[in-house]
Amino acid sequence: MQRYSGFGLFKHAFSHHENWQRMWRNPTPKPVYDVIIVGGGGHGLATAYYLAKVFGVKNVAVVEKGWLGGGNTARNTTIVRSNYLWDESAQLYEHAMKLWEGLSQDLNYNVMFSQRGVYNLCHTLQDMRDSERRVSANRLNGVDGELLDARQVAEEIPYLDCSKNTRYPIMGSTVQRRGGVARHDAVAWGYARAADALGVDLLQQTEVTGFRKENGVVIGVETNRGFIGGKRVGVVTAGNSGHMAKLAGFRLPLESHPLQALVSEPIKPVIDSVIMSNAVHGYISQSDKGDLVIGAGIDGWNGYGQRGSYPTIEHTLQAIVEMFPVLSRVRMNRQWGGIVDTSPDACPIISKTPVPNLFFNCGWGTGGFKATPGSGHVFAASLAKGEMHPLAKPFAMDRFHTGALIDEHGAAAVAH
Amino acid sequence: MLNIFCPHCGETRSEEEFHAHGQAHIVRPENPAECSDEEWGDYIFFRDNPRGIHHELWVHSGGCRKFFNATRHTVTYEIYETYKIGEKPSVTEASVAAAKASAQGVTA
Ligand SMILES: Cc1cc2nc3c(=O)[nH]c(=O)nc-3n(C[C@H](O)[C@H](O)[C@H](O)COP(=O)(O)OP(=O)(O)OC[C@H]3O[C@@H](n4cnc5c(N)ncnc54)[C@H](O)[C@@H]3O)c2cc1C
Ligand SMILES: [Zn+2]
Repeated sequence: MQRYSGFGLFKHAFSHHENWQRMWRNPTPKPVYDVIIVGGGGHGLATAYYLAKVFGVKNVAVVEKGWLGGGNTARNTTIVRSNYLWDESAQLYEHAMKLWEGLSQDLNYNVMFSQRGVYNLCHTLQDMRDSERRVSANRLNGVDGELLDARQVAEEIPYLDCSKNTRYPIMGSTVQRRGGVARHDAVAWGYARAADALGVDLLQQTEVTGFRKENGVVIGVETNRGFIGGKRVGVVTAGNSGHMAKLAGFRLPLESHPLQALVSEPIKPVIDSVIMSNAVHGYISQSDKGDLVIGAGIDGWNGYGQRGSYPTIEHTLQAIVEMFPVLSRVRMNRQWGGIVDTSPDACPIISKTPVPNLFFNCGWGTGGFKATPGSGHVFAASLAKGEMHPLAKPFAMDRFHTGALIDEHGAAAVAH
Repeated sequence: MLNIFCPHCGETRSEEEFHAHGQAHIVRPENPAECSDEEWGDYIFFRDNPRGIHHELWVHSGGCRKFFNATRHTVTYEIYETYKIGEKPSVTEASVAAAKASAQGVTA
């Protein structure tokens, strides 16, 4: 792998940037791998990278039905934070946050991780109480967090309407200053390039259509390019995970929903942080290009169509205009949807399954981008050892039978 | 935007008037106290979540406020039918597969 550097950029300028090395190979599948990862999104690619880099398992394939990162990884609004309420989730997301903080160096790829701060606004007394509790819990878990009152919020976010004249006046906010955004494509590409350099085969345009088992144990995957053997198989297919479980012969407590996002035309800098509101239900940040990146809640019905419906967009923009009246005449440029796999307690499932040697990492729903490095790392550890990593253990699928849920639903700053 | 026919009102109305409530025809166990953890967990948390034909519960929340069922495709989002609680769907995964097979038989 040719390392990227400032000097390299300079050097390639002399040949009009026409001679950059390809970022990864396009290999033909080997007959058998030590580990097969199904799904080439950020989580799958990160898993493959850490398997090869940290856990010494280099005979690995990532099997992706489309192109790398074309699922939710490249469709999300890129908010990264770790201020979850419960110990189990705070530790998992904080593990990811620590990896984010060194990721560009580690991958030799600029993932544009920008710790510009994430605000979660409070509009009611209950919001204030919940937020105070969450910030306190965060601090006990070593996760940074502050609670601000309305005046402090108005000072820090000048264009936000903090007056008393709004329908849902802002009473305060939490802020996690280490939170922020990262460039989603770069995360997928960075992991892919680094994994490829360590010998991982990235098999694109390869759809898994079934799992082959011998005496009930998985021994590989059926694909549109034929059978590929695998000693262990890890499925990381986000919104399609319920379908994959069905192919493997069991059920998951997941429902697939469209989640939409939209971006505006590029405008001059107005928002230098990430601002989220659960009560009016919208969130916003501004990309380096200048477009406003906006999202909100899922469409309420089940869907796999990678598009949502207009009432949800309207609702989202109402929330944005409520918070930022100054943006009421900004035009929206593009809108799209991804399919998110929501779980009953709004927490992921990182788990062994009823099929030996088959593992699933799914249920990240509307908020898994922020976890990409941590999820990949703990899943890689689990696949390498055949035993779940301690941080992953509480997220086993049997919690929906034992009742040991990790209820982040109302509790955390929720959503994304 | 979905346009949904409410079988109670007898009118097709836009999606904003409705709320989806997930999979339909889920039967509550007769004796919850006698359920194993497995059975109770399945009942509370596990849904079919199919990629294809889905029978689902809706409420006309901004209209007559009554519940009804719909058969909808979760990829094309096409709504095949809506029907009242207690009625059976006429379009099912099996019936669609059979119709497809016979259509192919005719053209082949
Ligand atoms: C609009 C939107 C906004 C969001 N905003 C945020 C946010 O601000 N912050 C945040 O943290 N999270 C956010 N999320 C959630 C986040 O995007 C996801 O949790 C995360 O990206 C999931 O990553 P993944 O790698 O598991 O899934 P994906 O990136 O979806 O990758 C799964 C891959 O599996 C492949 N696949 C599926 N079936 C098969 C098959 N049969 N064979 C082979 N391959 C298959 C798919 O093609 C896909 O590439 C958002 C999501 C959406 C849709
Ligand atoms: Zn009605």
